[in-house]
Amino acid sequence: MFCLGLIVNPIAGMGGRVGLKGTDGLAEKARQLGAIPMASIRAGRAVKGLSELRGDLLILSAPGEMGETVAKETGLSVKVLDMAPGDPTTAADTRRAAEMLKREGVDLILFAGGDGTARDICEAVGESVPAMGIPAGVKIHSPVFSRTPEAAGELILSIIRSRVEGKGPLFNLQEVLDIDEAAYREGYCNTALYGYLKVPAARQMQGRKAGSQISESGAQNQIALDFIDRMVENRYYFVGAGSTTRPIMENLNISHTLLGVDVILNRSLVKRDASEQEILQITQGMPYTIIITPIGGQGYLFGRGNQQISPELIQKAGKENIWIGATLQKIGTLKGEPFLVDTGDPETDRLMTGYVRVTINYHQEMIYPVA
Amino acid sequence: MTINGLKNHPYIPNSVPEVQARMLKEIGLSSLEQLHELIPESLKMTQSLMLPKPLVSEYELKRHVTRILDQNTHCEKYLNFLGAGCWQHYVPAVCDEINSRGEFLTAYGGEMYNDFGRFQALFEYQSMVAELVDMDVVNVPTMDWFQAAATSVLMAGRITNRETVLVPDLMDPDKFRAMANYCSPKMTLLPVGHDPVTGQIDMNDLKTKLNTGVAAVYFENPSFLGFIQIHGNEISEMAHKAGALSMVGVDPSSLGVLEPPSRYGADIVCGDLQPLGIHMNYGGGQAGFIATRDEQRFVMEYPSRLFGIVPTVKEGEYGFDDVAYDRTSFGNHREHGKEYVGTQAALWGITAGVYLAIMGPEGMADLGRTILQKSTYAKALLNDIPGVVASRFKSPGFKEFVVDFNGTGKTVEEINKALLGEGIFGGKDLSAEFSELGQSALYCVTEIHTQADIDRLIAALSRIMGHA
Amino acid sequence: MKAIQRNSKVRTGFHQAKWDEPIIFELTQKGERGIQVAGTEPGIRDRVGDGIDSIPEQLRRKIPPALPEISQPRVLRHYMRLSQQTLGADVNIEIGQGTCTVKYSPKINEMLARLPQITELHPLQPEETVQGIMEIFYKTDCFLREISGLDRFSFQPGGGSQGILTIASVFRRYFEVKGEAEQRNEIITTIYSHPSDAAAPAVKDFKIIYIGPDSDGYPDFEAFKAAVNERTAGFIVANPEDTGVYNPKIKDFTDLIHASGGLCGYDQANANGLLGVTRAKEAGFDMCFFNLHKTFSTPHGCGGPACGATGAIKRLEPFLPGPHINAIEGNDGKQRFAFDRTFDDRSIGKVRSWYGVAPVVLKAYAWIMSLGAEGLYETAKVAVLNNNYLFRKLMEIPCVDAPYIRGKQRVEQARYTLEKLTKETGITSGDIQRRIMDFGLHYWTSHHPYHVPEPFTLEPTETPSKEDLDEYIATLKHIFEEAYNNPDIIKTAPHRSSSHQVDSSWSDDPERWAITWRCYLKKTRQV
Repeated sequence: MFCLGLIVNPIAGMGGRVGLKGTDGLAEKARQLGAIPMASIRAGRAVKGLSELRGDLLILSAPGEMGETVAKETGLSVKVLDMAPGDPTTAADTRRAAEMLKREGVDLILFAGGDGTARDICEAVGESVPAMGIPAGVKIHSPVFSRTPEAAGELILSIIRSRVEGKGPLFNLQEVLDIDEAAYREGYCNTALYGYLKVPAARQMQGRKAGSQISESGAQNQIALDFIDRMVENRYYFVGAGSTTRPIMENLNISHTLLGVDVILNRSLVKRDASEQEILQITQGMPYTIIITPIGGQGYLFGRGNQQISPELIQKAGKENIWIGATLQKIGTLKGEPFLVDTGDPETDRLMTGYVRVTINYHQEMIYPVA
Repeated sequence: MTINGLKNHPYIPNSVPEVQARMLKEIGLSSLEQLHELIPESLKMTQSLMLPKPLVSEYELKRHVTRILDQNTHCEKYLNFLGAGCWQHYVPAVCDEINSRGEFLTAYGGEMYNDFGRFQALFEYQSMVAELVDMDVVNVPTMDWFQAAATSVLMAGRITNRETVLVPDLMDPDKFRAMANYCSPKMTLLPVGHDPVTGQIDMNDLKTKLNTGVAAVYFENPSFLGFIQIHGNEISEMAHKAGALSMVGVDPSSLGVLEPPSRYGADIVCGDLQPLGIHMNYGGGQAGFIATRDEQRFVMEYPSRLFGIVPTVKEGEYGFDDVAYDRTSFGNHREHGKEYVGTQAALWGITAGVYLAIMGPEGMADLGRTILQKSTYAKALLNDIPGVVASRFKSPGFKEFVVDFNGTGKTVEEINKALLGEGIFGGKDLSAEFSELGQSALYCVTEIHTQADIDRLIAALSRIMGHA
Repeated sequence: MKAIQRNSKVRTGFHQAKWDEPIIFELTQKGERGIQVAGTEPGIRDRVGDGIDSIPEQLRRKIPPALPEISQPRVLRHYMRLSQQTLGADVNIEIGQGTCTVKYSPKINEMLARLPQITELHPLQPEETVQGIMEIFYKTDCFLREISGLDRFSFQPGGGSQGILTIASVFRRYFEVKGEAEQRNEIITTIYSHPSDAAAPAVKDFKIIYIGPDSDGYPDFEAFKAAVNERTAGFIVANPEDTGVYNPKIKDFTDLIHASGGLCGYDQANANGLLGVTRAKEAGFDMCFFNLHKTFSTPHGCGGPACGATGAIKRLEPFLPGPHINAIEGNDGKQRFAFDRTFDDRSIGKVRSWYGVAPVVLKAYAWIMSLGAEGLYETAKVAVLNNNYLFRKLMEIPCVDAPYIRGKQRVEQARYTLEKLTKETGITSGDIQRRIMDFGLHYWTSHHPYHVPEPFTLEPTETPSKEDLDEYIATLKHIFEEAYNNPDIIKTAPHRSSSHQVDSSWSDDPERWAITWRCYLKKTRQV
């Protein structure tokens, strides 16, 4: 029996249609403006195809509008979480529901919402429970969402089918990104990385003319091998946050953080999750290289995440000692827009502008613009 | 100066001026010259290419091309004993019938939903070659044996993370060149010596060269010079002991009678499909295959497509799909990790499948036996000619053998020239590429040779040697 | 008689052949024979016995190969049925193979290539017995020299990727001879060149540097300037790129490479729209390759045999794979053809057996002869006309867009996006790919990873008529309407193909995948 957790953020997506750019704290206003609860409809589209799994699937759902209504329409067995969400529902309700689903030991949390919802799920369960989003929000920057609601349903179907065959699905850690909605409404677009969710990997079905495609995780590993091969002795390497840089540590057998900056010397760990001050102390008079990856979908190199790497540190390193890694898939999410730097120090930002060499695979680089 | 086009050409529907005018109008242009707007004038041609006048009439074209081709003297007119990697076998009519089918002939890279037949035919081809070589996994064809062997070398490099492959020094020099080019600068091919009497791989030299840097030992059965490597088991065992793979290149036409390499320890088997129902085509009929066991460590290192059978949403229906499309393991390698795959030789794969289907186990056994009998017969008769030794190497052989003319006082070049005068293509002259063999030639005898053909060769050679 | 109302534009009544054919092993019937092998005369048997005893016991095959045993008519029927379930270019409006030029392969050329005067030639026959085929090789080489402006072609490369490998191998060898191989180890390409332009040089251990498009959609010259340096071995690029965008500054790119001591290789896989219009030489390239099986009409054969004829300027000739064919004057004053079989020390050696796929070279020769200079020019003009007509008509459909070089013409193909359709209906480009089969057509998305979201790539060439293009457009429109009105029919497509949707999860799992029939039987415990 596969146990699927379901959380719908019923107010997600209401803001966009009425021009509010997100509903964080504005649900009532959105409703007054005549917004329709899109999230429930989209969640319905996702779970519609699951009804054929009767007997093999149990849905554990948040109550009422938060999932129960949609779940019951499938005709599948549904168990409802014992909680009382507010009206309108809040971020705290989402987080609580996710925590309860984790405790119940669900196999996967399926949630309908936007980046804000993903943040809440991430905050509640992190990477401990597989999760996947049904795109229903205004802001969909995080690659934790399926392309379409139906695609989410199909992926769950295939996971359950392969489980019947005794095989587990593959998961990728994907970034949870969000922008500051208040700033966004003012016309600024500031994205930040909030963490990672463990998302089932979808298999590409199209466009096969040649064999041996390399998967994104394979490409990330190749980037790590490239970096490792370029490392020299008696030099510090500050490895910034991200799933792209993580395989460096894995290949070196070093424990590491995901959101922090780790310091390596001679292929060994010097300091895990170092703070700005610690980094500055370590570098006294010693040569060093900074290894970072841009934030997917937005392209920030510095300024959103990696705050521990101060402008001073960047200045002293110089452009040639900043190694940037990103898979072609990730660069594709930028749609040709340049990388961004927002360190708070205009001079440092200027230093990075122009073109940089991004490592995209082992012995493969791309010349990419920085705005 | 404007360049003129050729209107109302039978191959180009829209070369009709009126249609062109209509289409141009629809896209807001008035002349064909306005197309190619992004090409700078400085790069545009100002006059027509200097090419021969077109032969638009199909009849004229046919006359022209056949007139050129008629200058060729082909192997159905002359008696042919050339082999050396391209062999004259009988091509059953069904093979040509199938590979002439417009659907197969003109298909390309469609999905299984478009090209179901192509997927099934190639899956069946893989499956039948798998039976022939007694391995569980076979790829969609590579360009040729050269490519299959070169790719096998890189696969071995990826699997073992080592950089040297040992090869027999008596291998095809062209194949060595192609493999060396493909594998350099990452992998090195190191030749192993041979026993001068038998041609067999020198086991002592092999032992000396087998160290922990060796990814694989590659040898062929039958070898390039036709003799059979009889120490396959020992070679494989030695390779395995050194942590290396055993890689065997094989002529599939021998596998009705010879043990498949998997039976003497081969981990990777490769070879050429041309003997399996494909015309020589002046060397254009080559196609390669690679086979391994069904183990993840091998399967994940194929750069080629592998078609697998899968269920569809409809019960009782066969479907096909690319197996292990995401070769994630490629992500775990550095320089050995890189290979690509493009257009190779799929139509020859389908053809080889048709051939194996009509030959069946009995046909392949008959083929092997016939070749053994006829080549043995030819060797025996050649050996009877004073001064001629067949074969040069004292080892069992299959299909090809080295004829040593050193005792005749004549060069192979002289002999072959004389044979040509008798309407016979003598064997490949080895004197330049294998100088230690002196005046020797590589002869190929297959099922297409009749007793009369062989007797004719013997009579001609006897005359040339002044014995008749 | 009543008028029969048939949808004249969209083939709503299409159904591909579906024979529900067994796997060939299931046809086996013990004792059946598909063919009898030429036998051995008693005279031979008397002299040498059964032949098998010449093989050492341990090397004789003990268990015969488990090949099927089937009589000839049943084998023929099986394969005829499989062929009918294959959508070759002979039976459909083949504009949907994306970046892979597919055009009409004239039947006369096929017939010529199947004459015994070519099929029964052995590659080592004495030169005087193969003058005809040598003439074909030599003259086709001369044609390609004229079409490209370069000085010598090798027909050895068996396809486009091997052509690029040959270019990369020559580049490496060139710098080895100059003693600069260690230093010059980078190849620059563009993101919208064919992926092989990066993958094949990587086999030769080059580091690959990619350039993306600038804000207008052309390869970014500023990024290129940032890429070129003393480590640059060369630049290998398609132009037009797979998006159909032609880089008008190409000469500036090649000049910059030459100024820094590098070499330039031209991926001419998209050359069809440029024949007789512009050449590799004038654009500053030192090497190039043409796909004879694409641009020069020879059929694709389900993926080969093929030829990626690769050419070089004079200075790089010695580096090409050998042997070469030269025209020389015979004693009688007549032109004859001779091999130069000496391998220059600088040559990369061999990339494929013998001299390349001779029948493919012959078919390309015949195709060029049937068109001449004016016909090649017409080919290019009509191919570009067809592409821009198709482009204009498709861009009128609201859910279709194409990024880059807005308002400008495409050359040989175009890459479109269905991002809007996907957002509005959930139908992806991959779904359309399956659905269009229900109307007897092909459609291709793009290589991975997608840089253009929900992409599709069409390359009409000169082959389709205006009506053919209109049918393709009408079919796409019909499917887009379905996406809005009846998306389920697309999601569950194909419905009228030889097969239904497969579950790919089987193919990723070593415990379940079955690459051969014997694997299938083992894994389903049927043996």
